[in-house]
Amino acid sequence: MTGTARPQRHRPAASALRGLIGAAVLLAAVEGLTRAELVNPATLPPASAILTTTGRILLDPEFLTSVGGTLLAWAIGMLIAAAMAVPLGVLLGSSRRSYLAATMAIEFLRPIPSVALIPLVILLRGRGLDFKVILIVYASVWPILFNTIYGMRDVDPQARETARAYGLNRIAILWRISLRAASPFIYTGVRISAGIALILAISAELIAGGGPGIGTWMIANSQAGVPREFLYAGIVVSGLLGVAINRLMVAGEHRLFAWHHRVRGSGS
Amino acid sequence: MTHPLLEVEHLGYRYGDADAAAPPALDDISFRVDHGDFVAIVGPSGSGKTTLLRCIAGLGHPTWGEIRLGGHPVTDVPKELAIVFQDYSRSLFPWMRVRDNVDLPLRHMGLPAEERRQRIETALAEVGLSKAMDLFPWQLSGGMQQRVAIARAVAYRPEILLMDEPFASVDAQTRADLQDMAMAVWKAHDSTVLFVTHDIDESVYVANRVIVLSAPPTTVAAEVPVPLPRPRDQIDTKASPEFVALRAEVARLIRRRKADAVGGTSPAETAAITDDR
Amino acid sequence: MSVAGGDAATRPGVAGLGVWLGGVGLRLSVLIGMAVTWQLVTTLVDDPVNWPTFVDVIGRFWDSWASDPDAWLRSLAPSLGRLLAGWFGAVIVGVALGSLIGLSAVARHSVGPIIQFLRAIPPPALLPLFIVLLGIGDAMKVAMILFGAIWPVLLNTVDGVSSVEPLHRETGRVYRIGVRDELTRIVLPSAAPKIFAGLRMSLSIAVIMMVISEMVATVNGVGFELVQAQRSFRNLDVWATIVLLGIIGYVLNAMLAAVEGYVLGWHRGAMRTRS
Repeated sequence: MTGTARPQRHRPAASALRGLIGAAVLLAAVEGLTRAELVNPATLPPASAILTTTGRILLDPEFLTSVGGTLLAWAIGMLIAAAMAVPLGVLLGSSRRSYLAATMAIEFLRPIPSVALIPLVILLRGRGLDFKVILIVYASVWPILFNTIYGMRDVDPQARETARAYGLNRIAILWRISLRAASPFIYTGVRISAGIALILAISAELIAGGGPGIGTWMIANSQAGVPREFLYAGIVVSGLLGVAINRLMVAGEHRLFAWHHRVRGSGS
Repeated sequence: MTHPLLEVEHLGYRYGDADAAAPPALDDISFRVDHGDFVAIVGPSGSGKTTLLRCIAGLGHPTWGEIRLGGHPVTDVPKELAIVFQDYSRSLFPWMRVRDNVDLPLRHMGLPAEERRQRIETALAEVGLSKAMDLFPWQLSGGMQQRVAIARAVAYRPEILLMDEPFASVDAQTRADLQDMAMAVWKAHDSTVLFVTHDIDESVYVANRVIVLSAPPTTVAAEVPVPLPRPRDQIDTKASPEFVALRAEVARLIRRRKADAVGGTSPAETAAITDDR
Repeated sequence: MSVAGGDAATRPGVAGLGVWLGGVGLRLSVLIGMAVTWQLVTTLVDDPVNWPTFVDVIGRFWDSWASDPDAWLRSLAPSLGRLLAGWFGAVIVGVALGSLIGLSAVARHSVGPIIQFLRAIPPPALLPLFIVLLGIGDAMKVAMILFGAIWPVLLNTVDGVSSVEPLHRETGRVYRIGVRDELTRIVLPSAAPKIFAGLRMSLSIAVIMMVISEMVATVNGVGFELVQAQRSFRNLDVWATIVLLGIIGYVLNAMLAAVEGYVLGWHRGAMRTRS
């Protein structure tokens, strides 16, 4: 095809600038609405006040400990989820029969909403760190599992047969061919889970406590009757943290799996 | 006074992201197409044939020069025109049945329901797809899909039909059938066709006149009239000495212009080609 | 593109019809197998307070939910009402907004970071704001569900709308089909597979948001019953309510899958012939 769909040249600088302008407009709007008292400043403080508070709490050791608490639970949960989901996904993805049986078992378990487990876990395990971790694991297992299975089933059979023809044994084929081909999918699953896990960690803290964390910090600081800015500053930090984690994961994806996207045409 | 249907004058095109010092993709293209004509544009690959066609269709804007359709400059997509693209799989809509694909352009023409239905049915009958009306495009073979695209264009009743390498993605036998079908449709509707191809045989076989493009920066290398009698026949016409001679002439023009672009042709030879116009 | 990730591919491919039919039997036996395993393990563990047997849980589920029309009216109906209102709201707003954003590169770049930020906010953190703005009634809960569930719809719509095959849109332009038909007959159908992937994700988030919104400041709903059971240490009721929530999720998912199968029949066929 000659010149039909001429791809637009990618200009990251221009799009980043637009992003900054968009964020600035939003902040200005919040500022304006509250300054003009169209929104009650007691409900939604001016953007400038929220940002100042955000800056201040980011230097507050107590808050930073809370962030650390959330991230610790997040990291442990993600590790356990990956350690469970990847081997299981590899197993289920490599045989048709186990795949069928497993997808059906999953079909029944998956619809159970993660937060529905909160009361159960509280009853069984109390409200400590493992409470958060169990919820994180439950929620982040699914995307990793699905993507691993999907990736394993996507492996080009021809590549596997070629390897067999060259005398590689089953383990070698699994390790050198299948896992390598499925790795971009597994990574995508981990990336999706990473965002979900963070949201769930803070949500669980907000709903039911569970040791030091951003959510428990937010609850503590709004119950203590301090200005609402603290709540919003906590929201800003949680949002930025989520964005940062996603950015890092996407950057890692581009770096690690450039070959995959070249082959697939940066595909969905 | 009457205008030629399509006039392209000194058209040039430089891609938006190419720097201004680089030679343009299209340099100086001028030609005309009269009502009822069947004109083929043939050129080496990479000569900007598709870009030229997109400019005529109003989908791209020439960097310089002018295109007039019925005497009016083309600025946006003109309503008197339809295109059949090379890539039928990306031009037909996979979520619509064949009938709805053909119907889509007719929905806004203010036609009575009965006429719309009739147009769809005749157009599909003309391309031999009456039975496929309720199938989805992806249930058809490549050649049949391109027939649907042609039926869609025919039902629209454009004054000029642009075809961009329409048969480049189908096998040889299907291509021959489609060439004959395209000529039959042109004849039946008394329409005007501008047919872009890289296939020299095809250009000579279908057209009244072949416009030969050079390698980029592209200009019109020559216009070759094709006085072969109609109706034409895949075997008899292609075996006739006239056809063979014309095909050789077009091939020679293209090859020479290619050599010229690389700098292997003498100025005298170039002048000889230009004289052919 | 920064706005939408590869979130569309979170489910394994759809198996063929024959496999599905053969799957019904398999499905049943898997279900029975899971129940038997549960029964055996819990009988062996012998801790009926914390780990009730399958028979006990299903018995309680039958008594307090399945066989009790009163509970349906009192808890299930308000919950489902809010859930559907919030989810449909998210779908309508998400698809409309996503189309607007997806059609313009400038809009995509300008609001992309904002969307990423808003999506990363844990919804319960906004509960105080929603309560102040909307009170503690149904409006607040519907708004919470909408806020939580809108992101997958919005992002996938943006992704789908901005990646429509250019030749499809140009074909529409050449035949001068007008802006409305271009949107409803080319852009949206072409984005539909991605939009549906977003709908599936947002539906399960909507169930989660329903439970969350009912755990705080409510007098009825399934989430409310769940918290009540936990607070009064009625473990068996907690288990039974989790079963109910699982069934709600399963049924809603199956209904959406049926709609998707109908609407996207062309897509499955097209994908099959391509491979």
